[in-house]
Amino acid sequence: MSKKKLRELAINRDWCKGCGICVSFCPKKVLELDSKDKAVAVRPEDCICCKLCELRCPDLAIEVLIEQDKEDE
Amino acid sequence: MAVKDYLRERYFPHMWCPGCGHGTILNSLIRAIEDLGLDKSEIVMTSGIGCSARISGYVDFHSLHTLHGRALAFATGVKLSRPELKVIVPMGDGDALAIGGNHFIHAARRNIDITAVVMNNRIYGMTGGQFSPLSGAGVKATTAPYKTIDSNFDVVELAKAAGATFVARSTAYHAQEATGYLKKAIEHKGFSVVEILSQCPTHYGRKNKEGDAVSMLELHKTNTAKLGSKALENNPELIARGVFLDVDRPEYCQEYDKIIEQASKG
Amino acid sequence: MSKNIRFIQGNEACVEGALYAGVEFFAGYPITPSTEIAEHLSQRLPQRGGKFIQMEDEIASMCAIIGASLTGHKVMTATSGPGFSLKQEAIGYACMAEIPCVIANVQRGGPSTGNPTHVSQGDVNQARWGTHGDHSIIALTASNHQDIFSITVDAFNLAETYRTPVILLLDEAIGHLREKLAIPEEGELAIVDRLRTSQPKGVDYHPYLPREDGRLPMSDFGGHHRYNVTGLFHDMWGFPSNNPKIVNELLRHLTDKIDANINSITRYKEYFLDDAEYVFISYGSSARSAIHLARNRRNKGEKIGVLELQSIWPFPRDLVREKCEKAKAVLVVEMNMGQVLTQVKAAVDEPSRVFLANRFDGKLITPTDIKRLLRVIQGRGV
Repeated sequence: MSKKKLRELAINRDWCKGCGICVSFCPKKVLELDSKDKAVAVRPEDCICCKLCELRCPDLAIEVLIEQDKEDE
Repeated sequence: MAVKDYLRERYFPHMWCPGCGHGTILNSLIRAIEDLGLDKSEIVMTSGIGCSARISGYVDFHSLHTLHGRALAFATGVKLSRPELKVIVPMGDGDALAIGGNHFIHAARRNIDITAVVMNNRIYGMTGGQFSPLSGAGVKATTAPYKTIDSNFDVVELAKAAGATFVARSTAYHAQEATGYLKKAIEHKGFSVVEILSQCPTHYGRKNKEGDAVSMLELHKTNTAKLGSKALENNPELIARGVFLDVDRPEYCQEYDKIIEQASKG
Repeated sequence: MSKNIRFIQGNEACVEGALYAGVEFFAGYPITPSTEIAEHLSQRLPQRGGKFIQMEDEIASMCAIIGASLTGHKVMTATSGPGFSLKQEAIGYACMAEIPCVIANVQRGGPSTGNPTHVSQGDVNQARWGTHGDHSIIALTASNHQDIFSITVDAFNLAETYRTPVILLLDEAIGHLREKLAIPEEGELAIVDRLRTSQPKGVDYHPYLPREDGRLPMSDFGGHHRYNVTGLFHDMWGFPSNNPKIVNELLRHLTDKIDANINSITRYKEYFLDDAEYVFISYGSSARSAIHLARNRRNKGEKIGVLELQSIWPFPRDLVREKCEKAKAVLVVEMNMGQVLTQVKAAVDEPSRVFLANRFDGKLITPTDIKRLLRVIQGRGV
């Protein structure tokens, strides 16, 4: 199995309504809400690319973009 | 294709409240369709009226936003007149089972090849938080200031008894699981029902002191258990999730084709 | 003329007309006195690859035909009294979303369950105003089987032309009466097919942007143009909007497309009107009695004529004014408490000359009933 590596945690700030679901249920606490109540990836290096934030986001505002680790292929 | 390719992006951000489970259900539904690799032009999404019903406007399929409770009746016309189309009908709990209850049981009885998705947040959200036939007893709502005394339907049991041939239940918390059930339901030949527990933090959550969207999602986790699990065995009070029924029975449009064949001979 | 002569009920004549017009989908629910339409179509439609479905209720039937129309089919439903009431919300949907469909209402006595097996013409105003909100609508009617056939064809043609529900206001007497129908040959009557967009795949299609002539070409569900249909006020894409400008323009479009075309929509027949001193205005089975009486009295030298309305909505006000101009008196002959009378009074220059010859007791109005009133008006006794 190839190990997943985060390329980018893309958050559409126009669509995000700041419900905090992604923040609360991230197993690695990668996300936080900023001063404008928009989700931001503050610890992207901890992301394990489980995509739970993307799948649960009620605003369809999150995209977990993955780079495949070539050594593991 | 990416998820966004299935959306009408120009209408986003959508109109649902922050933390509304309906957005997650849209998310799951789009992913199910993407996984199945369906052509956008072979899908008709028909909805009724209510918060849930707005889902059809956001998807880049043929979309039919109809009358309160009548989505399945419109969908029956679409499907029978063009059986090659995939017809998906997302409905709210009041939409599907109060005003639309008759259409729900009859669509199930006919076993017409339509996928019904009941987005169950146990409240009428759009009109401001009145109780629904899925609220159950002991719930506070704007029309139940002293708490409800009405029992709720069990959608799964109702669908099974009425003749649906695929019945499943999941929640907005279990997004991946819900996507899986939706895939199976869409692929199923016959009337399929997927109930997805949703959360309405704005009305249900506030009235019933269930907190914000996050704590309501926690309840989806703690109040439910997978069919056949130890947790469910130990605590039958939990709401079961899983596929409750997946059987074959003659499908309505296929049966009608036989009528055409028979009538044309005469 | 066709050699295909039938001796059938009015409801069956309506079925024959619908088939001639190309009906492909029918959804309905049993109700007296319209049920024969459903029964015959359940047999005839599948013979030609069409679809018939008996739905769980009247509302569902109306909704199902709208769904089937959107996939590109000519559709109809049939009902009576209480069923027509139940369908009203969905009829309004078809007005708002501009979905062609035909609704036959074989009228019976009302309100409520009323007089299910007896004749009435009490749904004239309901056909116009049954659904909520400002809107316009087309309602047609006929007094004999040959006309039921052709007016049914017209109903489909007008539904397609104007993208609107069209109401066929039949009644119990004409619906159940048996008489001769000569089915026209193919091509004898014009058939209007659906106007579909010529926009190719990949080019933006605006489902609710009227062409210069006000018409909106359609695109079938399942085709390559994907768009939204809603009962909410909507923009040219069919997406909900409450922008006052959009609301205003859409409502004007929905009414103008019918009201401004009243001359193309109006259908009527006239009998001995040229020098008529007394004009009967009637429609449906009532018109049979009016015509019968007029013909009889003409033979005796009385100058009586009949204007038989075959389209009631939009109400042909100018036509009625013109035809009544020289009349000493106008008698509206109908089986209700004066629903068309109100329209006629509003249309003519001297409403005080307009009288009502009516019955609403479930019995067909007779020539004698009309004659009794005529004699009073003529000052020739009671």
